[in-house]
Amino acid sequence: MKLDTSGLESAAPLFGVTSELVDGFSSAPSFELPVTTDFDGFQKEAIQMVKPARGTTTLAFIFKEGVMVAADSRASMGGYISSQSVKKIIEINPYMLGTMAGGAADCQFWHRNLGIKCRLHELANKRRISVTGASKLLANILYSYRGMGLSVGTMIAGWDETGPGLYYVDSEGGRLKGTRFSVGSGSPYAYGVLDSGYRYDLSIEEAAELARRAIYHATFRDGASGGVASVYYVGPNGWKKLSGDDVGELHYKYYPVMPSTVEQEMVEVAGA
Amino acid sequence: MECVFGLVGNGFAIVAADTSAVHSILVHKSNEDKIIILDSHKLIAASGEPGDRVQFTEYIQKNVALYQFRNGIPLTTVAAANFTRGELATALRKNPSFVNILLAGYDKETGPSLYYIDYIATLHKVEKGAFGYGSYFSLSMMDRHFHSGMSVEEAIDLVDKCILEIRSRLVVAPPNFVIKIVDKDGAREYAWRESVKEAVAA
Repeated sequence: MKLDTSGLESAAPLFGVTSELVDGFSSAPSFELPVTTDFDGFQKEAIQMVKPARGTTTLAFIFKEGVMVAADSRASMGGYISSQSVKKIIEINPYMLGTMAGGAADCQFWHRNLGIKCRLHELANKRRISVTGASKLLANILYSYRGMGLSVGTMIAGWDETGPGLYYVDSEGGRLKGTRFSVGSGSPYAYGVLDSGYRYDLSIEEAAELARRAIYHATFRDGASGGVASVYYVGPNGWKKLSGDDVGELHYKYYPVMPSTVEQEMVEVAGA
Repeated sequence: MECVFGLVGNGFAIVAADTSAVHSILVHKSNEDKIIILDSHKLIAASGEPGDRVQFTEYIQKNVALYQFRNGIPLTTVAAANFTRGELATALRKNPSFVNILLAGYDKETGPSLYYIDYIATLHKVEKGAFGYGSYFSLSMMDRHFHSGMSVEEAIDLVDKCILEIRSRLVVAPPNFVIKIVDKDGAREYAWRESVKEAVAA
């Protein structure tokens, strides 16, 4: 590949006229471009590299007793697992939880900010904010920053005067009220297990087991999800952490290693 | 892909919209109501980017209500349509809203009307209109079977024909639709057409 030496060539005129005016204007402003054949493609790739992919699995669903919230705990940067112990369920206040998917910093900061706004609402109005109100506050904030590169895919789960509430809010400004959501790269896998096992009248233990199982199956198939499956329950008295199980251990619990008959055994060959 | 369509009949206007909220390959929910009741005699059926859709239509809804509070009389449908178009146009060069709107309304003096407003602030008064991939199927169906002054039964029959066509021919066809109607008695929900039931908390 021929080296591009145009940057080394002087832009000053050939015959030695030195004048301050000319010197000031002589070199055009420039910076080095990467040496590629396809600059547009390179630019696209660079943007994709820094774009955070939502490598995670989080889920939440409403059932008879309240809301069940579960998440994995793996953080990945491309193909590198940067942490296996990230807290992806954020405690906004004692009766509301938020889940984290997308950029960790964005989620943590804006959930903390939401917690502040919720507390201010309580102080100003002498009553707790509803889940509807809290999710609308967050959605409006994220909408005002749309197009600026925030990456947040979160669920706001809580218990207020009207009972259990669950909203999905994302950084594109979308806000959905619903009874079952899963967010992240592992969410299609989790949805399958969640949808087939879901009944409104589950008990708390059954719902926790369903949530745990759905997270486990998602971590099994999705490379960007793993670590510990945490399960939280939100009831009339607020949230409570129910369990945090390593998904590797869960695998052997669900599919224990069975002793099986040996097909062929290696036989020692008597001396050469 | 979102499907919204509507038509004007004899003393009423009817709009139908799909009800799925989709994020790339995932369907987050299939009972999302995309037809907002603007005031007693007006409906907005909106399709487009999720954040924009809700924020823009709620903004229009609140401003229409404000006008009524300030002036004691509601806006006419044509005034509401022009206001909506004006807001889209003002936002267009700065922070555009990617929302396509069908505004249906009934006025005592002028009867039912339907307005087609697309995301780059085009405004047309129409008798039938549609947005989205579903429009490729519903527009020709409506062109073929529509005549002015249809009764509610005939119009619902045509809407069902369009829904059936969308369901059978569109590769990513939404399973559920909601139909809303506006006539002299007001704007209200008419029916849901569901082929996939969403588990609803009792």
